[in-house]
Amino acid sequence: MGKIEDLQVINGEGYQLSSLEKVVASARANSVWPLPFATSCCGIEYMATMGSNYDLARFGMERMSFSPRQADLLIVAGTISKKLAPVLKQVYEQMAEPKWVLSVGACASSGGIFDTYSVLQGIDRVIPVDVYVPGCPPRPEQIIDGIMKIHEMVKHESLRRRYSDEYKSLLNSYNIENNEE
Amino acid sequence: MKSNLTNEQVAERLQKQFGEHIKSVETPYDFLTIEVDAAKLYDIIFWLKTDSELQISFLTNLGGVHYPDSEGREFAIVYHLQSMVNNFRLRLKAFVSKENTEVDSIVDIYAGANWMERETFDFYGITFNGHPDMRRILNEDSMDYFPMRKEYHLEDATREDKDDRFFGR
Repeated sequence: MGKIEDLQVINGEGYQLSSLEKVVASARANSVWPLPFATSCCGIEYMATMGSNYDLARFGMERMSFSPRQADLLIVAGTISKKLAPVLKQVYEQMAEPKWVLSVGACASSGGIFDTYSVLQGIDRVIPVDVYVPGCPPRPEQIIDGIMKIHEMVKHESLRRRYSDEYKSLLNSYNIENNEE
Repeated sequence: MKSNLTNEQVAERLQKQFGEHIKSVETPYDFLTIEVDAAKLYDIIFWLKTDSELQISFLTNLGGVHYPDSEGREFAIVYHLQSMVNNFRLRLKAFVSKENTEVDSIVDIYAGANWMERETFDFYGITFNGHPDMRRILNEDSMDYFPMRKEYHLEDATREDKDDRFFGR
């Protein structure tokens, strides 16, 4: 069961009062469907995170979405070469709003040790990133911490984020078309 | 396992067949290494493959090297060939200048050379005449230089947070 936070609950005979925004945010936060974009060793750590020891399923994330069209959270785990960058951007563009991005590990966040002509120096050069998880590779605990940070964002963000000028200008700065208008 | 051919035997046969087009013969680590005329590469490789005695008919590897300081012969193209029948290996080298980085493609002798020649083009800008599809293979298509040439830095050129002072440069 999802936990509804910061809620003024008036107990009575079978009803609760809340704001629609908080209910929707809570529902979203407890059923974030991830799209794993795993290219290297961080991907292995992410697989461990999905497995029974660390168990992502307890966050309502048991369904890995390997289609961007049914995903809420893009998890980029691993080195992204410059040749792969347009593919990553296309995957991001295919995701429906609302969407979030988690950058797992040093390579996805900054290029990591691969400061070289063929490697993208951080995925935030092509798509906006919500949470960065440091580490080379990060342990599953760190990835879970990053996911919980995403949950916090989802819970406390305006449901109409995609209509805000700030969000529009962010997408514009990446030359990504905002299809929600 | 013993080879049926000796380095001297192969070098001698090549010199007899191609004369002045064989520029030098060396045997570093007992590995016969022959520098040949770049214009004659195709003929030599074809002859090695079809010669009934040598039967050096397998292309192990093909690649480039950049020697920026050796004027007039800045780029080397290196071929590793092998005779499966005679258990014999041979390294062929040809040099070209940076003004004219063209050699003949050997794709119609060895189909396996196709992607190796594209890779050599991708990283060194050496073009192979007669190649069916001479374009980049590993790097992004929009790349506008040849990254293994020594005049280009290894590091990503778009990084702004790396100050040379902190890296002893």
